Amino acid sequence: MSPLRPPLGPRDHVQGSRNAPIRLVEYGDYECPYCGRAYRIVKALQEALGHDLLFAWRNFPLSQVHPHALRAAAAAEAAGLQSRFWEMHDMLFEHQDALDDAHLLAYAELLGLDVERFARDLDSDEVAERVRADFLSGARSGVNGTPTFFVNGERYDGSWEPDAFLEFLRDLLTEPASPESP
Amino acid sequence: MALEAGTQAPDFSLHTTPDQSVALRDFRGRRLVLTFYPADWSPVCTDQLAVYSELLPEFRKLGAELLGLSVDGVWCHLAFAKDRKLRFPLLSDFEPKGDVARAYGVYRKGEGVSERALFVIDKEGIIRWSHVSPIGINPGAEGILEALEGMEKVKR
Repeated sequence: MSPLRPPLGPRDHVQGSRNAPIRLVEYGDYECPYCGRAYRIVKALQEALGHDLLFAWRNFPLSQVHPHALRAAAAAEAAGLQSRFWEMHDMLFEHQDALDDAHLLAYAELLGLDVERFARDLDSDEVAERVRADFLSGARSGVNGTPTFFVNGERYDGSWEPDAFLEFLRDLLTEPASPESP
Repeated sequence: MALEAGTQAPDFSLHTTPDQSVALRDFRGRRLVLTFYPADWSPVCTDQLAVYSELLPEFRKLGAELLGLSVDGVWCHLAFAKDRKLRFPLLSDFEPKGDVARAYGVYRKGEGVSERALFVIDKEGIIRWSHVSPIGINPGAEGILEALEGMEKVKR
């Protein structure tokens, strides 16, 4: 069993209620084509499960395979410093084939960010450390590629094809809560 | 059965390029992580090795080098490592095929490939941790990191 370490906390970027019965965490890479597919699937899960689902994203850039992955992760974090993490997250996945610096700055502009500040944050140690911390937390948690999902704190090794994944998550709603879970 | 903690790691010398070999004894005085995997190019190990390659700085901070081993030939390894931009050597357990995997107890006779297996070896060449993954399950790096950190603590 691979538990999520550290567990979800206030530092995490989340969508949905922190009290939701299903807490889904994805470790992903903005340049990874499988993560691009997973992005659409997560959107569908969010639509289907509504308030029952909390979704969180942690960065796991495979920078040697994907040359823009690290900068793209930094771009989302830099947008996050202006409280626009999820808008940038979506923007990056909608434009996975255009993640060079010129495009990242253009996306910041499109989202109405303070572009000068964004450019500074993009190069900052703070943002680089945040991305690396996510990556290392993934390594500690048993992330073995991208995307890797954790459901209620345990690595999910099942299929993330939309129907199978939704069925697995729906079944959790009908199960009595396990005594260990907080 | 894969060799277990406390066992002397069997020595080997294998080609990593057509004219370069790497031997276990070259790493005396350093810690070593051996990752046996079934084959180049198969999607599961690809991600596994990419993750380990990203973590090389962390392994080195803990005093360890990393080697990948499979029964693929050197030319296959070279093409694969270049394509995936791997930053650690891949060793070719090719002739006699699977000999090193056999010595470590991780050869799958029927398929003619090795298990997906991990060994952490200390400075004296003793195996300190080993792990064989179930088929189709890609191990992360958490076991390796924990094993290396455990060794740190023992030393202090």
